[in-house]
Amino acid sequence: MIVAFNTELFIQLLVNGITLGSLYALIALGYSLVYGILKLLNFAHGDVYMIGAFAGYAVLSLLGGPLSPNVALAPLIVLMFLGAMIASGLLGVVIERFAYRPLRDAPRIAPLISALGVSFFLQNSALLLFGAQFRSYDSFVLGSKNPEFFEPGPLTDPLFVVKNVNIQLIQVIVLSTTVGLMVALTLLVAKTAIGKAMRATSYDREAAAMMGIDTDRVIASTFFIGSLLAGAAGVMFGLLFSQVFHFMGFLAGLKGFTAAVVGGIGSIPGAMLGGLLVGLAEAFAAGYLGGRWADLTVFGILIVVLLVRPSGLLGTPAIKKV
Amino acid sequence: MGSGGDIPEIPARPDERERPRVGVDEWVANVEDRREERAGIAGLAGRIDDLVPPWARLAAFGLVAASLPLWMERGDLFAYGIFTLIYVLLGLGLNVVVGYAGLLDLGYVAFFGFGAYFYALLSSEQYGIHWPSAVSFPVVVVSTALLGLVLGIPSRRLLGDYLAIVTLFFGQAFVVFVNAANPTVRGKGLTGGPNGIADIDPNDLFGYELTTRRQQYWFILGAVLLVLIGLHFLSESRTGRAWRALREDPLAAEAMSIPVNRLKLMAFAFGAAIAGLTGCMFAAVLTAVTSGNFALPILITIYAAVILGGIGSLTGVVIGAIVINVSFQFLAPENPQDNARILFYAVIVLLLLLGIRPLWRLAAVLGGTIAFGLMAHAIAEAISPSWTAGAVVEGGRFGDVVADWVIIPADNERFANAAYIALVVAILALTKIHGWWRTGLLVPTVYLATIVWETSFVAQPAVARWILFGALLVFLMTKRPQGLLGTPRVEIV
Repeated sequence: MIVAFNTELFIQLLVNGITLGSLYALIALGYSLVYGILKLLNFAHGDVYMIGAFAGYAVLSLLGGPLSPNVALAPLIVLMFLGAMIASGLLGVVIERFAYRPLRDAPRIAPLISALGVSFFLQNSALLLFGAQFRSYDSFVLGSKNPEFFEPGPLTDPLFVVKNVNIQLIQVIVLSTTVGLMVALTLLVAKTAIGKAMRATSYDREAAAMMGIDTDRVIASTFFIGSLLAGAAGVMFGLLFSQVFHFMGFLAGLKGFTAAVVGGIGSIPGAMLGGLLVGLAEAFAAGYLGGRWADLTVFGILIVVLLVRPSGLLGTPAIKKV
Repeated sequence: MGSGGDIPEIPARPDERERPRVGVDEWVANVEDRREERAGIAGLAGRIDDLVPPWARLAAFGLVAASLPLWMERGDLFAYGIFTLIYVLLGLGLNVVVGYAGLLDLGYVAFFGFGAYFYALLSSEQYGIHWPSAVSFPVVVVSTALLGLVLGIPSRRLLGDYLAIVTLFFGQAFVVFVNAANPTVRGKGLTGGPNGIADIDPNDLFGYELTTRRQQYWFILGAVLLVLIGLHFLSESRTGRAWRALREDPLAAEAMSIPVNRLKLMAFAFGAAIAGLTGCMFAAVLTAVTSGNFALPILITIYAAVILGGIGSLTGVVIGAIVINVSFQFLAPENPQDNARILFYAVIVLLLLLGIRPLWRLAAVLGGTIAFGLMAHAIAEAISPSWTAGAVVEGGRFGDVVADWVIIPADNERFANAAYIALVVAILALTKIHGWWRTGLLVPTVYLATIVWETSFVAQPAVARWILFGALLVFLMTKRPQGLLGTPRVEIV
C-alpha cells in the first residue's frame, strides 16, 4: 500500500509536535534541575504542573472568568502565567522542605517513596478540592468580542498560514514563552551567583557546603525554579487544550521525565532537546499510527534510550567513584 | 523477621554474633540512638516480635485467620477476609523486591494484573479455554516470573532510580495496553478493553470447584501460609542474606563476590511470581478483571501496607496489610459512614495517646479540643445560624453529638476547601514547632481535622482514603522509614 505523502498533515503534526515539545521541555527542566542537584527523581513534579494549571484557572476566575474578563487579554495572560508560576514555585519549595529535606541522607529508596506519596497526595487533594470534572480555560473565546455567541477570540485565530496549515497565536505564544524562559534559565545558571552556587552544589554538595555555600537554600531555590517552569507549562496546557483536570499531571510528568532522560538527565540543553523529540514523536505517532499508540510510543522510546544509552543524548555518563 | 541487634538486653541470635565486626566503634557510639528508636509502642512491638519465635507467630496467625469464616458474615468475609489475604500476598511479594533486595519496583501491580488477565484468558469463555487450576496456576506463575526476568534485565545496567521509572512506565504501559490498545486476536479483543474479561472460572482443587466464599478464603489462606513459610526459609537462607547485603550496599556486596546482577533478577522474578499467583486467585474470586484493578492506587495501597508494617519483616507485612485493608474497607463508599466516623475518631484519639507524653498534657489537649470545639460552635452560631445549619452525613447515634460540636455550614463547599487547606498547613507547621507551642497548636489542628472529616471526607471516602494513604507514605518515610517492625538501617561510615 502506497500512501501519497501529505505535506499538510506533515506540517500540522510538526507544528503540534513543537508546541507539545515546548511543554514537555519545560517539565523536563524541572526534573533535570532537581536530579542534577539532589540525584532525586521528583515524582511529584507532574502534579506540581497540574496545580500550576489550576492556579492559572483560579487567576482567570478571579479576574471575571473566561467569558467576561475584567482586564484586557494580554495582561490577563501575563497575570495567569505569573500566578501559576509563583503558586507552583512555592509548592515546590514546601514539598522539598517537608517531604525531601528530612530524607537528605536516607537510603535512596526513601525519598523516592516519599515522592510517590506526595504525588498521590496532591492528585487526590486536587480531586477533593476541585472535583472530578474538567475545568475549561475556554481559550477558544478568550478575548473575543462576543464570547456568549462563541465567536472565536484572537488566541485561536490563524496568525499566519503555511501550506494551508494555520499557525495560531496561542502556539506562537507558547513557543516564544518557552524560548524566553529557557534563555532566562540558561543565563541564570551560567551568569548569576545563585547559578554558580547551583552548579557547585550539583557537582559536590559536601564540598560546596564546606566552601560556605548555603546548600539548603540553593536546593530550595532549585525546587522553586523547576516548579515555576512546571507552573508555566501548566498554564500553557490550559491555553492550548482548554481543559485542566486533577489527573493531568501523571502522564505529563511521565513524558516530561522521558524528555529529561532522552536528552540526558541533569543537562539543561538536553532537557530542551529531549522535550522537543518526545513532543514530535508523540505528535507523529498520534498522526500516523493512531492516538492509542501515542503514549506507548513515548514509553517505548524511553525504554530503548535507557537500554542503549542510559546517559541520554547530551548527558555525560556517570563515573562512579568508590 | 525483625532481628535483634546488639543492644545488651536483647538476646542476639547466634548468627549475628558471628557477623564480622565492621564499623564496631560507630555501632557502639550509636547505641543510645538505637535504644531511643526502640522506645515507645513501636519499640515494644519490635521487642515482642523478637521474643516470639517465628513458628509460634505463624501458628497464631494461621489459627486466628482460619477461624474467621466461622463467625464472620459472608459479605464481611469477602471484604475483610479475602481482600486482606490478597493484600498480604501482594505485600509479601513486594517485600521480596523492595524489602530484601532494595529495588524500587513501581510496576509491581502490573505483574499482578498480568497474572489475573492470563488466568482469565486460560479459564473463561473469552476463548472457550477452561484449564484446571492445577495446570493454569503453574503456567501463569512461571510466565509472570519470566516477564519479571525480562523487565528486570534493565536493572542490571541501570541505577536504582532508573529502574523505578522503567517499572513505573511498564505499569502504566500495561494499563494502556489492556485498556486502549486491546489488540484483536482470533476475532476478539484480547483483553476486552475497558470492559475487561468476565465470567472467569473459580479456582479448583484437583477438580473440586471452590465456589463459596468460605472455600475461597481457606484456599487463599493456605496459599498465604505456604508463601509465608517459604519466604521465612528463603530470607534466612544464603540467598536471603545476599539480598540484604545487596540492599545495604551493592558495591560492598559486589566486592564480596556476591553475584549482584543475578540476585537482582532473581528477586524481581520471585516478586513477580508471587504477584502472578495472587492474580490467579484474585481473578477467580472476583470472576471478572478490568484494568482499574491494576492501576496506580492499588500500587500505592500495597506500598503503604509494606512500609507501614516494616520493610523486610514478614510479620510486619502481615500486620501492615491487615491494618491497610481494614481502613481501606472502612473508607469504601458502600460502607455506612457511621462506621468510618467511629474509626476516624478512634484513630485520632489513638494517635494522640501514642504521641503525647506525659498523660496530663494529653488530658489538656483532649479537654482543650472539646472546649475549643464547643466555643467555636457557639461563636459561629451566634454570628449566623446558617454557619452551623449543615446536616451531618449519615448521622447514627454518634452523629448527634458531632452536630453540636463541629461547625458544618449549610452551604459548605468553599468552607470545606478552606478548612482542608488550613488543616494541611497546620499539620505541616506542627512538624516544625516544639514544646508548648506544639501542644497549643494541636488543639485547633485536631478540631480542624474533625471539621474536614465532617465536611468533605465523609462525603467522598474513596478520595479521603487515597489522600490518607499518600500522606501516610510521606509521614512514614520522613519519621520512621523502617515502619513498625522493620530493622533500622545502620550507616557504617
